[in-house]
Amino acid sequence: MTRFRNNGLMAYELVAMGGSWGGLAAYDRILPALPKDFPAAIVVVQHRAVDSHRGALTSYLQNRTALSVEEIGDKDPVVPGRVHLAPPDYHTIVEHGHFALSTEAAVHHSRPSIDVTFQTAADAYGERLIGVILTGANEDGAAGIAAISRNGGVTIAQNPETADKPTMPRAAIATGAVQRVAELDEIGPLLVELCGAGSPNTRSAA
Amino acid sequence: MATEELTKTGEDLEQIEIQLLLEGIFRHYGYDFRGYAPGSLKRRLWHRAIGEKVESISALQERVLHDPEVMERLLLDLSINVTSMFRDPTFYVAFRARVVPLMRTYPFVRIWNVGCSTGEETYSLAILLKEEGLYEKSRIYATDINDVVLERARVGAFPIEKMRDYTENYIRAGGVEEFSSYYTASGALAHFEPSLRDHVVFAQHNLVTDAAFNVFNVIVCRNVMIYFGKALQDRVHELFYESLETFGILALGHKESIRFSRNEESYEAIDSQEKLYRKMY
Repeated sequence: MTRFRNNGLMAYELVAMGGSWGGLAAYDRILPALPKDFPAAIVVVQHRAVDSHRGALTSYLQNRTALSVEEIGDKDPVVPGRVHLAPPDYHTIVEHGHFALSTEAAVHHSRPSIDVTFQTAADAYGERLIGVILTGANEDGAAGIAAISRNGGVTIAQNPETADKPTMPRAAIATGAVQRVAELDEIGPLLVELCGAGSPNTRSAA
Repeated sequence: MATEELTKTGEDLEQIEIQLLLEGIFRHYGYDFRGYAPGSLKRRLWHRAIGEKVESISALQERVLHDPEVMERLLLDLSINVTSMFRDPTFYVAFRARVVPLMRTYPFVRIWNVGCSTGEETYSLAILLKEEGLYEKSRIYATDINDVVLERARVGAFPIEKMRDYTENYIRAGGVEEFSSYYTASGALAHFEPSLRDHVVFAQHNLVTDAAFNVFNVIVCRNVMIYFGKALQDRVHELFYESLETFGILALGHKESIRFSRNEESYEAIDSQEKLYRKMY
């Protein structure tokens, strides 16, 4: 992993994942690859309608992962090994150790905006952060990916050539801040490799 | 390594600049943003800095402290005035089903609409009360930190292009009339019926620094406290507890909660999805 700046000296504590059009199918390929003792917290920002059926995306994700999935409430703590889902019609802001919500104006016509979460996560988590930008039809997340890279975090983009909608990963890559372009099936194992697999016990057993 | 150290110093310096600016605003203007949640606060400060064409928070401080108009613009930025009529229609459905029956038993109903901003939520509540036949015996105290938005709330005119969305919200919120019967279109604005503010008092109130000013049957404070840090949220919960009569209702935003607040055990959830709580003792 020498191509990444952190060099394993500091553990990655948070994975921020942003998806839009085609995102659901993408999580279906990424989440099952994460083991039950995945040691980092994950925040998923998926563009969706304001009135998207309450709890539907939470259960969709929960059915695809051994980790617990929870929609974020204001000031909820960032919990290792949990998938935190950004709620519809709010921006999710990441602070040290917890989330905060905001109803400020949409960014890139989106609320939640991936940029808002990525930028604030970059501020709060610096080089302990991994940012993953997935399929989507707008340019949300590109500025966020640049911020993550600038603050020393790891940046990964889904390969736009094979993405459902290439615009979003392509915009992120165009910032020059993406450190790794990966196929969907590679992203889960890559996250496991970067974060390590859970407790010391399971690690020595593996 | 050297650049990384520089970046780190840069971040720390920005923290210092932000703290100095907030301290300066408090001491000079009396507005206290020191307990606000830092993430969105920083975003809003930079939004204003870019708007004022300055390149650092220190430079913004110079502008803010020496020019009250810059402070006024910053205040608008900091009090996130993005709202809509009947935002979260399901909340209004629950309010009709669970709160209105309680209100019917009171001879007179005092409601505190906290952080009313430009008034969209206040007019929505007034319409709901009217349709439930409770408006005549109600008084809504609608407060905000910012006088500029209160002035707009008192006028009660909202962009006409929003009416389509608002009508849809209104119907989903359980509205029983023609939504257009509540306003008169004039140019780009929809002017809401003046009677909708006959029973409304718009007043400046600062949750951070001002005390309780009345005792209420219902407090509606949705998506206001999300901008506060935890310590400040605790203070405001204390203020609400003091300001609610026993069996009074506290309504919060969908993703807010009284969980972890010191007053948690004093309330009973009457609709935990819609964040409607009743003060039990």
